[in-house]
Amino acid sequence: MVGCTAQEILTMTHKSPLVIIGAGPAGLAAADVAGRLGIDTIVLDDQKSAGGQIYRGLSDIGDNLLKVLGPEYKSGRELVSGLEHASVTWKPQATVWQITEDGTVYYSDPTGSSYLQSEQVILATGALERPMPFPGWTLPGVMTAGGIQIALKTAGLTPEGEFVLVGSGPLLLLLTRQVLNAGGKITALIETTPRQNSFRALKYFPGMLKSRELLRSGIQLTGVIRKHGIPHYRHASSLTAVGKEKVEGLQFRSGGRMHELGCSVLGIHIGVVPNIQISRHLNLSHDWQPVQHCWYPRTGPCGETELSWLRIAGDGRGIFGAKAAELQGTLAAWSAIVSLDKTDQSGAKEMIQITKEKLLPLSSARPFIDCLYAPSQEFLTPADETIVCRCEEVSAGDIRSYVDLGCTGPNQTKSFGRPGMGPCQGRYCGLVVSELIADQRQVPVSEVGYYRIRPPIKPVTLAELASLHKQGM
Amino acid sequence: MASVFRFSRSINRDTRLVSIQFENQVIEAREGETIAAALLANGIDFTRKTPVNGQARAPFCMVGTCFECLMEVDQIPNLQACMIEVQEGMVVGRMYGPRNPDDDT
Ligand code: FES
Repeated sequence: MVGCTAQEILTMTHKSPLVIIGAGPAGLAAADVAGRLGIDTIVLDDQKSAGGQIYRGLSDIGDNLLKVLGPEYKSGRELVSGLEHASVTWKPQATVWQITEDGTVYYSDPTGSSYLQSEQVILATGALERPMPFPGWTLPGVMTAGGIQIALKTAGLTPEGEFVLVGSGPLLLLLTRQVLNAGGKITALIETTPRQNSFRALKYFPGMLKSRELLRSGIQLTGVIRKHGIPHYRHASSLTAVGKEKVEGLQFRSGGRMHELGCSVLGIHIGVVPNIQISRHLNLSHDWQPVQHCWYPRTGPCGETELSWLRIAGDGRGIFGAKAAELQGTLAAWSAIVSLDKTDQSGAKEMIQITKEKLLPLSSARPFIDCLYAPSQEFLTPADETIVCRCEEVSAGDIRSYVDLGCTGPNQTKSFGRPGMGPCQGRYCGLVVSELIADQRQVPVSEVGYYRIRPPIKPVTLAELASLHKQGM
Repeated sequence: MASVFRFSRSINRDTRLVSIQFENQVIEAREGETIAAALLANGIDFTRKTPVNGQARAPFCMVGTCFECLMEVDQIPNLQACMIEVQEGMVVGRMYGPRNPDDDT
């Protein structure tokens, strides 16, 4: 780029009508729509291969592993081809760390930091596992079920020795099946779903019946656990992971008494929540979901936001799963394309209508699942000794004491004890800190709010910023 | 019973073997896997000690969210071991305590 003016660089390499952030099901489906119409599109993702966490490692997976992961995983193959269109540029290992209000997207990749100017942006950054804090969850050997699944998908690994899985939600059961298929062993499966959730969920069961596929896979999973004779505890509570330098066991209450199981790896999981790091950083409105206990960014039917150039698709908009994410990606792309005015409008509007109809049955099962797997209170407002902010080592008791000293919201806690100011920037404590403050103040979480997310939303080094300046910024 | 925090190579991926150096030992890894995965497979049971209380921490999320896997890779501190693939001859070390701000420039 030597000898170019800043303006030339902009038009040569840094401009694209459509930028898609995230190459999971939603982002890939959106890229496919744009690619078919020949619209210049750039897709960014912080991983090396496309597919998102759900289809992670799919492009170079061996047949043995494919068998283990099951048919759902395989269905991602077709999606990845959305990147093959001539007008679509794929940028792997590209971490977005800032978006400004005019839609300029700043990111770093192995070559340094760059930025893109776009007319339309689709945010498809998916979900994160919900924090599941309990005493001892910071010990080495305690890992998220999603993390253990990634080790299996990308490296063919399964935990050695005593492997205990604890928590709730579909992913916990899916991982159980995948580890067993891979020849791994599971010492025990401990479900923390509170008993009353089943009663509460019952009234939504008719909706679940509309989604045959989900129902069938749920029944299959329960069968697999029974067939392998894995000790299965239900309605567990009062969790503590014990161990000195690393996890050695799990204590919990189930069936009216305390248990202790030895373990060398403890997989934990209580569902997923939208990754709202970017939508928060853009100051968009978010609505508190009282059943799911998390925030959803406020969006219109096609993922429209308060910013005319930004749409959100997939689990980052609300948790509906991979199949729904694909359709939402398609919707967001058509709707962005209508705004770009690049195609026959009536055709696009028809596609939007068709896609909306396909989405309906996928949403109908959600109220049942959300209600059944609503997190139990002990992980929302954990015991005082529990570390809540893993980065800055702030406990639940610390947060409660800040409230007693007059702290009213999450941003204020930062001046008391730095929670949320470590490198993860509140990704693993934000929800819990808001719940704790709300509980201590006896007000709704919606009144307490969430951390303000400031750029850079992922750590960037000064050297990376310097490389940006060399490009004429 | 002493617990071992280690993962087994249950599924053979047939990718090339590479050697990486971890704190004065040479460990074996498979091309295409992340540093964090290679450490799990080798029973390396912590990746950093926290700046505040010196607690041992190990890979937790494996997707770049939790920052528990911060390590020094080829002399660059505070990199996420779960986001970087292994390469022949790579030198990897644990992080002890906070980052030195001078390392940024
Ligand atoms: S293990 Fe969580 S960021 Fe690497």
